[in-house]
Amino acid sequence: MAEPRRLGERAPCEPLLDVNGLEVSYGAIKALKGISLSVGKGEAVALIGANGAGKTSTLRAVSGMIKPGSGVITLRGESVGGLKSHEMVPRGLAHAPEGRGVFPNLTVQENLDLGAYLRRDKDGIAADLKKVFGFFPRLEERRLQMAGTLSGGEQQMLAISRALMSRPTLLLLDEPSLGLAPQVTQVIFRILRDINAQGTSVLLVEQNAHLALSLAQWAYVLETGEVAMEGTGQALLASEDIRKAYLGE
Amino acid sequence: MYEFIQHVINGLAAGTIYALVALGYTMVYGVLKLINFAHGDVMMLGVYVGYAVAFLLGREHLGTISGALLVFAVSLTACAAFGFFIERFAYRPLRDKPRLTSLITAIGISFALSYGFQLDLAVSVGGHSITLLPGAASRRFPAIITPTEWAVLGDNDVIIWNWQVISFVIALTLMGGLQYLVFRTRFGKAMRAVSHDHRVAGLLGIPVDTIIAGTFMLGSALAAGAGILYAIKDKSIQPLMGVMVGLKAFVAAVIGGIGNLPGAVVGALLLGLCEEFIVGYTASSWRDAVAFGFLIVVLLVRPEGLFGRAQAEKV
Ligand SMILES: Nc1ncnc2c1ncn2[C@@H]1O[C@H](COP(=O)(O)OP(=O)(O)OP(=O)(O)O)[C@@H](O)[C@H]1O
Ligand SMILES: [Mg+2]
Repeated sequence: MAEPRRLGERAPCEPLLDVNGLEVSYGAIKALKGISLSVGKGEAVALIGANGAGKTSTLRAVSGMIKPGSGVITLRGESVGGLKSHEMVPRGLAHAPEGRGVFPNLTVQENLDLGAYLRRDKDGIAADLKKVFGFFPRLEERRLQMAGTLSGGEQQMLAISRALMSRPTLLLLDEPSLGLAPQVTQVIFRILRDINAQGTSVLLVEQNAHLALSLAQWAYVLETGEVAMEGTGQALLASEDIRKAYLGE
Repeated sequence: MYEFIQHVINGLAAGTIYALVALGYTMVYGVLKLINFAHGDVMMLGVYVGYAVAFLLGREHLGTISGALLVFAVSLTACAAFGFFIERFAYRPLRDKPRLTSLITAIGISFALSYGFQLDLAVSVGGHSITLLPGAASRRFPAIITPTEWAVLGDNDVIIWNWQVISFVIALTLMGGLQYLVFRTRFGKAMRAVSHDHRVAGLLGIPVDTIIAGTFMLGSALAAGAGILYAIKDKSIQPLMGVMVGLKAFVAAVIGGIGNLPGAVVGALLLGLCEEFIVGYTASSWRDAVAFGFLIVVLLVRPEGLFGRAQAEKV
């Protein structure tokens, strides 16, 4: 396999997540053909690519939703490939899945409580609840409403907040802008920037390459199950190929 | 008038048994969206375990409280273990397969139990013959609770038996307890999350396999408890006993709105009353027709059942 093209210099940082030669198949379909990527401590990393490139599959393999065919996944030095998703949460990983996955018949509050399912520190949970309500005041107003009655944007806010309630070191986000009005997307991305600035590492999958690349310090471009290119957000934004292929210019 | 009251009491007593079976049915459905057609046969298994325990205990312990508790305890534990076993080896591998696959598996387990138990199988160990499978003949279930009259109205016109009261109180307590478990506890919150989407539940750190196994064990233990109360009432047991009770309990759960715990109890009590009145005032051969006729009427008027919510889900 050809080495992906590399644009720009990556700022050095302590390694957090390391994925090496990851392969995933669905029956006969090979969705990932050996992907390598990494996320450093405190870094925001984006994964962009066309429909079906394998972005969701990558996140699913990292969070244990699907078993990787081969490859090594390392989180904080520990090999975690093949662990189940509920075993990843205590290791500091949270995954807000594609399609939001809020529980429609549970209240906003109950959804958030479930985000803190493994935690016992009442005070810490209360503090984090206050924090996410600070990020998204609308959720606080709708605390006792069934999540199914929220708008799409509010559901996305809930999905992100619920993921944050486990106090993760690494937050995986799968297309948080999907189906949302531009103003709502703006709000969400402003908060994501804050979350990252406050020290949470982020691995972000986005169709909206412009948004993703302006948030991320480093980004990978996925093409049919392979990393085609990687670079700093700025360098990729400036690249001719990226502008043509993903920014519609 | 006394006749009417006696029918109400008998109807509630029959409904109570349906309610206990229906609670397990509806709870497992609520979490797994699986109609566990083997539920009635797990009940039958529980009855035979209780029978064996009572037999081993011997006559002198019959009718004692400790004897009765032991029969219940062993039977509940055995069925919980069996529930764990079928979930682990039959349903879990099929969890992400189309729902029809697990449904057919459930029917298979039901047949395996109800017909397997009709085989005669005994081994002899050191001169003692140990029965492994009981055979098709019906047996008399020992009176582990001595029937006594709890209340008598008129000149022996209406009799309320102690076991009727005990069953009724147990059913209502369990309904309340389960409702509390599902809606007020951490385990219950996890059950509801798993019920909606077990993959997302896993992402939140919820040990999905444990929650599902726990639900199954609880449901199976409930079936065992219901079965023993049923056997106390009916006195005669046989391997096919779970089929019709299971079906009736399923009907009750659907009438109440499948997945809804109070609905299952109300549906079961209504069904019991309905059957009793038809049998009391017409002929007993109408009993089963009534149950299914009642189901059809409810489904025509309220397809989601009496207490079911039409799902309002935003995508
Ligand atoms: N459950 C599945 N069963 C079979 N094939 C799948 C499954 N999920 C994904 N695929 C296939 O794997 C490939 C990668 O899919 P994936 O969802 O990872 O892509 P993606 O980059 O997230 O796409 P999108 O932008 O549409 O979300 C696609 O060809 C897809 O059709
Ligand atoms: Mg995707």
